[in-house]
Amino acid sequence: MALLTMREALGEAMAEEMRRDSSIFLMGEEVAEYDGAYKVSKGLLKEFGSSRVIDSPISEGGFAGLGIGAAMTGLRPIIEMMTWNFGIQAFDQIINNAAKMRYMSGGQFKVPIVFRGPNGAAHMLAAQHSQNVDPLLANIPGLKVVSVSTPYDAKGLLKSSIRDDNPVIFLESEMLYALKGEVPEGEYLIPLGEADKKKEGQDVTLVTWGKITHKALQAADECEKLGISVEVIDLRTLRPLDEEAIFRSVRKTNRCVVVEENWPFASVGTHIADRVQRECFDDLDAPVIRVSQEDVPVPYAENLEEEVLPSVEKIVRAIQTVSYRI
Amino acid sequence: MSVKISEEKLFSFYEEMLFYRRFEERVLRAYTQRMFAGFCHVHIGQEAVCVGIQGLLEAHDYVLSGYRSHTQAIAKGLSAASVFGELLGKATGCSKGKGGSMHMFSEEHRFLGGNGIVGAQAPLAVGAAFSLKYKKQKNISVCYLGDAAMNQGAVFEAMNMAAVWCLPVLFVIENNQYGMGTHIKRVTSVDSLAKRALAFDMEHSSVDGMSVVSVYEHCAPIVEKMKKTGAPYLLEVNTYRYKGHSVSDPGLYRSKEELESYQARDPLIQAETILLQSKKFTKNQLEELNQKVKEKVKKAEEEALSAPFPEKEEAFKDVFVS
Repeated sequence: MALLTMREALGEAMAEEMRRDSSIFLMGEEVAEYDGAYKVSKGLLKEFGSSRVIDSPISEGGFAGLGIGAAMTGLRPIIEMMTWNFGIQAFDQIINNAAKMRYMSGGQFKVPIVFRGPNGAAHMLAAQHSQNVDPLLANIPGLKVVSVSTPYDAKGLLKSSIRDDNPVIFLESEMLYALKGEVPEGEYLIPLGEADKKKEGQDVTLVTWGKITHKALQAADECEKLGISVEVIDLRTLRPLDEEAIFRSVRKTNRCVVVEENWPFASVGTHIADRVQRECFDDLDAPVIRVSQEDVPVPYAENLEEEVLPSVEKIVRAIQTVSYRI
Repeated sequence: MSVKISEEKLFSFYEEMLFYRRFEERVLRAYTQRMFAGFCHVHIGQEAVCVGIQGLLEAHDYVLSGYRSHTQAIAKGLSAASVFGELLGKATGCSKGKGGSMHMFSEEHRFLGGNGIVGAQAPLAVGAAFSLKYKKQKNISVCYLGDAAMNQGAVFEAMNMAAVWCLPVLFVIENNQYGMGTHIKRVTSVDSLAKRALAFDMEHSSVDGMSVVSVYEHCAPIVEKMKKTGAPYLLEVNTYRYKGHSVSDPGLYRSKEELESYQARDPLIQAETILLQSKKFTKNQLEELNQKVKEKVKKAEEEALSAPFPEKEEAFKDVFVS
């Protein structure tokens, strides 16, 4: 095992895959000569050269579309969005072309492409730079959506995403790029669509994904001290969703809290809550509770930002509420 | 290099244009008889554009277009029956009945659609050209755009990338002057759309799109040069659509005189005149050809009509590569 940061794990995943398959190229803003805005692509230009690691103009819709056209004609692009906030510029290409091309063409074209970059609020970046795109893109049939919380998951899932023949939305976080974690030496893959139990527990199932997983784990530890044993399920992939992993845990604990960094209205959490109450109705001892961002744009001031994002305290309170121990 | 079209070549182009005219007429008839619904945009009046340009292409060149693309798909090698079948929503349609009028596709023939979002095909066309360059292939990617698409951001972004990375995209503006009911001059600051290429230091020109001879002879050296240099090119083809934007559009925003002035320069009539003047073809021959073409179109329609609709399970297939 080696101790790698998230950015190193992601970079290794790309490098290993690019060594394996010459049809893979990386394109995005500052990915080449600058070595990546967040240094995820550090060293790739040096190893693979400027025909495969390409600095794009600031034209997210344009280079997303270029990637789709290249994927339709035999290449396997990795398109880096400096952040998904800018990736919103490319939604027409992602939603109308990447997601629908195979279907509209009656199954003729495949679009093996990964769109990756950091998602959600970082720290004091204000409303336009703190957007979560997971509910927006997980809503679209034809897209796979991955959201990672650890270096180990990031590497194994990015490699699988690159090998997938479908368009994959790969969500990272600026706040996690420096996070260190154990990563095995040598190659491994994590299949898309498999959740991971990040903590075993008996009393409450906590369903989460992405960066907020770490606060969820902290909250779970707090609750242990209060005598509530919490199981933390990190979904890792939102599409396809590992429903069985959720249901299996809920059938054991009989209680479910969904923690997400999305706005509460029509989010991924609402879908999970719907599925759990429908499939585990007889197993539930309490209604499913959701912890999400407050229903306002993300403010700039540190104390205000903290106020609207899900916190360890809010998650602990939700766990207590669902356990009727408050 | 200048190219002169031979009478034999013009005769085959004439046959092709005639086929598209009769095909689109038959499509309109089928639509008004409610054999299908949705949007339906036809190329009547604009036939010389795709015949002149695609007459220069090879099988390995890519073609992408917007929502008006029935004839371009056929010109790229798709069978007329598969295009008609797609319009009727049949299982035998070129997109298995899941695309319709705006989404003709054929991977085999390198026809990458049929895009329903104005200008959204431009970045895809640049991507196809990127693939060609990446694989060191000497083909080109042809991207048809309507005049109104020239005001979409995606098109500017695409042209910039094609120019800065020297990618072989032939951007073809089919300038029929109207974006739906809005005359291009009402919404565009330049007097010639070809000038947009100046912003990218891209080679460009305009050509009369009512004459297949002009289109072909003008484009032959452009395509030949592109295959050598791999550089992009912006071509404005001035043309006119005789029918409304779509079937539901009566075209009240333009005058009868304007329409008639273009019909007087109809691409079929122009080609006919040259063929008859050459004395190599007689009026009877051309009339026989018309009958033959009508039969071919009728056959394609009948083949499409007799084909089955997709099985219901088809709605759930092709979302992902499994």
